[in-house]
Amino acid sequence: MTTHGSHPADGSSAGDSANLPAEQAHPDERVEVHAGDPVANPGLGSHQPRPTDVDPAAEKRAERQISLLFAISALLTLGFCVAYFAIPRDAVLFGTSALNLALGVTLGLALLLIGIGAIQWAKTLMDDHEMVEMRHGSGSSDEDKAEALAAFEQGAEESGFGRRSMLRGTLLTSLGVLGLPAVVLFADLGPLPGNAPRRTVWAKGVRVVNDVTGEPLRPDEIQLGQLVNAQPGVFYEIAEGEEHPAYEGTELLNAKAKASVVVVRMLPDEIVNASSADKGVDGILCYSKICPHLGCPISLWEQQTKNLICPCHQSTFNLADGGRVVFGPARRAVPQLELGLDDEGYLIALGDFAEPVGPSFPEMYQD
Amino acid sequence: MSTRIEADGSSKAPRKKSYGPVAGPTQWLDDRIGLAGLAKKQMRKVFPEHWSFMLGEIALYSFVVLLLSGVFLSFWFDPSMAELEYEGAYAPWRGVEMSTAYASTLDLSFEVRGGLLMRQIHHWAATLFLAAMLVHMLRIFFTGAYRKPRETNWLVGLALLQLGIVEGFAGYSLPDDLLSGTGLRIAEGLMRSIPVVGTYISFFVFGGEFPGNDFIPRIYVAHVLLIPGILLALITFHMLLLVYNKHTQWPGPGRTNNNVVGYPLMPVYMAKAGGFFFVVFGVTALMGALFQINPVWVFGPYDPSKVTAGSQPDWYMGWLDGALRIMPAWEFTVLGQTLSMNVFLPGVALMGLLFGVLAAYPFVEQWVTGDKRVHHLLQRPRNAPTRTAFGAAGITAYGLLWISGGNDIIATHFDVDFYTITRALRILIFVGPVVAFIVTKRICIGLQRQSAETVLHGHESGVIVRSPDGAYSEKHVPLSAEEAYALTAHERPQVAALPAERDENGVAAPNNALQRVRARLSRFWYGDDRQKPTAEELAEAHSHGHADSELEPADEEFQGVNELGLPRRH
Amino acid sequence: MRQLSTHRRHPLAGVLVLLLGLVVAGGLYAAAAPGSARADSAGTDADLVAEGRELYLTGCSSCHGQNGQGILQREGGQYGPSLIGVGAAAVDFQVGTGRMPMAQNSQQAPRKEPFYDAAETEAMAAFVAAEFGPGPAIPGPEYYDLAGVSDEDITEGRELYLANCSACHNAAGIGGALGGGRYAPTLEGVEGVHFAEAMITGPQSMPVFSDEVLTPEDKRNIYASLREIQAEPASGGFDLGRVGPVGEGLAGWVAGIGALVGFAVWIGKHSVRASKQ
Repeated sequence: MTTHGSHPADGSSAGDSANLPAEQAHPDERVEVHAGDPVANPGLGSHQPRPTDVDPAAEKRAERQISLLFAISALLTLGFCVAYFAIPRDAVLFGTSALNLALGVTLGLALLLIGIGAIQWAKTLMDDHEMVEMRHGSGSSDEDKAEALAAFEQGAEESGFGRRSMLRGTLLTSLGVLGLPAVVLFADLGPLPGNAPRRTVWAKGVRVVNDVTGEPLRPDEIQLGQLVNAQPGVFYEIAEGEEHPAYEGTELLNAKAKASVVVVRMLPDEIVNASSADKGVDGILCYSKICPHLGCPISLWEQQTKNLICPCHQSTFNLADGGRVVFGPARRAVPQLELGLDDEGYLIALGDFAEPVGPSFPEMYQD
Repeated sequence: MSTRIEADGSSKAPRKKSYGPVAGPTQWLDDRIGLAGLAKKQMRKVFPEHWSFMLGEIALYSFVVLLLSGVFLSFWFDPSMAELEYEGAYAPWRGVEMSTAYASTLDLSFEVRGGLLMRQIHHWAATLFLAAMLVHMLRIFFTGAYRKPRETNWLVGLALLQLGIVEGFAGYSLPDDLLSGTGLRIAEGLMRSIPVVGTYISFFVFGGEFPGNDFIPRIYVAHVLLIPGILLALITFHMLLLVYNKHTQWPGPGRTNNNVVGYPLMPVYMAKAGGFFFVVFGVTALMGALFQINPVWVFGPYDPSKVTAGSQPDWYMGWLDGALRIMPAWEFTVLGQTLSMNVFLPGVALMGLLFGVLAAYPFVEQWVTGDKRVHHLLQRPRNAPTRTAFGAAGITAYGLLWISGGNDIIATHFDVDFYTITRALRILIFVGPVVAFIVTKRICIGLQRQSAETVLHGHESGVIVRSPDGAYSEKHVPLSAEEAYALTAHERPQVAALPAERDENGVAAPNNALQRVRARLSRFWYGDDRQKPTAEELAEAHSHGHADSELEPADEEFQGVNELGLPRRH
Repeated sequence: MRQLSTHRRHPLAGVLVLLLGLVVAGGLYAAAAPGSARADSAGTDADLVAEGRELYLTGCSSCHGQNGQGILQREGGQYGPSLIGVGAAAVDFQVGTGRMPMAQNSQQAPRKEPFYDAAETEAMAAFVAAEFGPGPAIPGPEYYDLAGVSDEDITEGRELYLANCSACHNAAGIGGALGGGRYAPTLEGVEGVHFAEAMITGPQSMPVFSDEVLTPEDKRNIYASLREIQAEPASGGFDLGRVGPVGEGLAGWVAGIGALVGFAVWIGKHSVRASKQ
């Protein structure tokens, strides 16, 4: 047996004795003891040479093979640089970006070949005699522990930290109070919620308009089985003397995150919830598009079952029955927006949602 | 060891032996920072060899790839919510209002050469980073490598996994496309569900209402500075502890609890581990070239009124999303406080539960088994049936939640109704882990029995002989000493005895109730194990007329056994 | 098959028609359909309606009723829905995409190889439009003709698509799951006219998108953007079915972790040993 480590391998000792610890720091910290082992530890087996260890031709061949891997890798890396300059950004190859394909394949293979070459080098050519290293206890020696404790106690004693209770008390207080600014300083991370989560931009008279195009909607334009993904008209209307709508950029997104609605139409006698029917116009009903579970836009409208499904967690709401939850993790019905008509015959809201829109929050039902 | 560098030449007389070209520069450096003392010990440090010891390295190297590709991306990515009108290379979005963050992601994908590759490498590396951490953790768990003295490193590893998940989710959120915005929308809902303070947390994190202007810049700083910094520090600590405690190893001939047998860092593991880094980088780059990941241009800029079918998080959040899907609609309002348990329990508390259980497990096991000894030898999963069964139960629960998280994709691809999947999973999530526990434990005990049989009687040969008096028996191939040792080099766990009701003076023993619980748990833990054969059993088996029924080993060039006790075949 | 039906001039009793219809449809389709070219394509409207009536009574009335009134199940559900007022567009969509006749009564009528050829479909559409009350006509090319579509139109179409369609059909148009085992089908390979008919008529679970709300031009823009998404290269490589993070996670685990664990096994494996010392 060949031993390369700085310690002799103890493979010759057998059974339990091999498993005894080098040092016992503490009686409880005994290492594994294999009581009544049926088979003695036979010790490390002898080293078996590889073909490359005994056959100079094999060794030479392995060296050539590995060198070839490294050389191909270098060529591929050069190919990467050529591809970077030679291939236009919008070239297409095999239905994908030729540039991305060429850069990635050359780089990936170049790296892979370096890795495979290095590993193969270790496996075939580097010395592969197993070495044995002895372990040590993880804890410090008793002397070290005692010395460290003594040093600490001496330091503590010299500082007078234990004796001078007033100093200690005031220091700890001052340090403790320092935690406050660490919290207080973050108060300006955001405004307090206030009433904001309960309000949307819907108000009496706000027109219901088609999303993206901004066209106002008339009841006769909406057919049975129709789904209109709608928004409040204020997102599109430009007031006189203004160049842009009142809501833009982030403000628009914030408002949309609560105000988006879906408008659907069904036969009046299909609507089983009378108060829900009353909030509509001729079987045209308007519901929040924001899921009361976690806020995803719900617009999987199955016009035959009258179910509106959320694509995120599959909460299912029956719009013929006031938006009642028929399946899924959502607890609350999807809020309904009361509709009316304005002088020109367009659909308008008759006020804001009666219920908070979107995910629940602790103060939801507080005044 | 004969080539060890002696760099502290200042105190010694100059030697005649030459150390090659590195001697000069290292001499210069050591005169200033004096690292030879450390280097001489660590340079030839021994690592044991087994494929499963490389899983953590996959995670480590993916992290390095993430750092490299992330730095590249940060030169172009602009984490700003400022709206602009896109005029870049991707025609279908020209003229559309979008955030600077999304526009710069499009630029990275279509205008910066190699940008798309780096984006995809970054995303694939994140996928692999978390997956490798998970399989590494499972390896540690199933082999008992978390036992003393490595509990600290187990906890550090769990912290790394949690931070990795947060870091991954932050990265998923940055491009401000439809998927990342939908993910953030859900995250905001999770924050709101925290009792009492939820709304405030949401408003502070988002700087007001969702989505707001502030979140992307804030999460960017967390993603590129704060979390990677902590990750880097913890990884360093993780590896220092590994070096200090030395790697665990499989028991086997010559491999004991107080040595470590393997190959030296310099040169073997420099080449193998260094080479493996290039392999990991290479595989990630090839994936970036061949597999499209997160095509943000398809989804468009985030708009809270838009959504796409198949809105899912990346896989490591999939189990949480799945838990949200199968949770019943529990929501209560108590004293004016709305408690959204349908969101809070699966979305927030479950994560705490998982990591709480994982963090507590080593200590619970120590308490139940009373085993507070130092362990450097790994256990085969079969030799710890209860632990293995717990692990299988956990994997089952996690897998079921994964299925739930992809239930809409499963519904369309396997032509089933997602309501049915959800209803079934609401039951299976409780039944499945229990079944997995029982089945796994029985399998482990069966394997223990098989191992014991092999030790006692040798390998089955399939050769049936008939004795002169007509009895049939199978011939067995005897085990080599190495093989027999590898199969028996594990502990013989003891069931803790029930504590005495009263001590000899008739006084009720203190802590008796707790000790009784412990004793019962201990019996549950070990009671059904098939212990390895004793020396007497082995002697008995060998003396039982085996001379007739043993075959000579067919393989004359028997070359020992590997770490798992199986004969090596080359 | 048409030759067969023209020989059977006299309307037979309902039951016999149903039985024969099933037998004819099931047994003779393969032999008759491929070769049956229409001899005179220019028939009068009345001829067309009459021909459609024959086809309807043979192939459709068993589920939809002889007068298109629909057939109710005993439990109250629909066996075949009423066709009153569905119009020619609905017939052209359902029959032209092979959804009708259904292979079996199930949650969803999937797209399949059309059973009737174009002329037969036209006749049935004419019959249903003429006899069962007015409904949407088959849309013209202004709904789907992509000549002259500008980049701005495509962009507008993309936004409309994400606002109205992607929740069910997915941002990449690969479809998605609905409740009760139903699903929104993939939009891959859908012809322009069928696309427009689906939007106008709202087949099965799909809602209606009326021309007043989404104009023919809007619909054309959506169609143009859809074609654009489907035609554009998957710049990042193989698109993994475009199902999003689920497919990506699967690829990461199977291909990524699979390959790397394979390399780890190779690294940890003992290399070949020499037989001689």
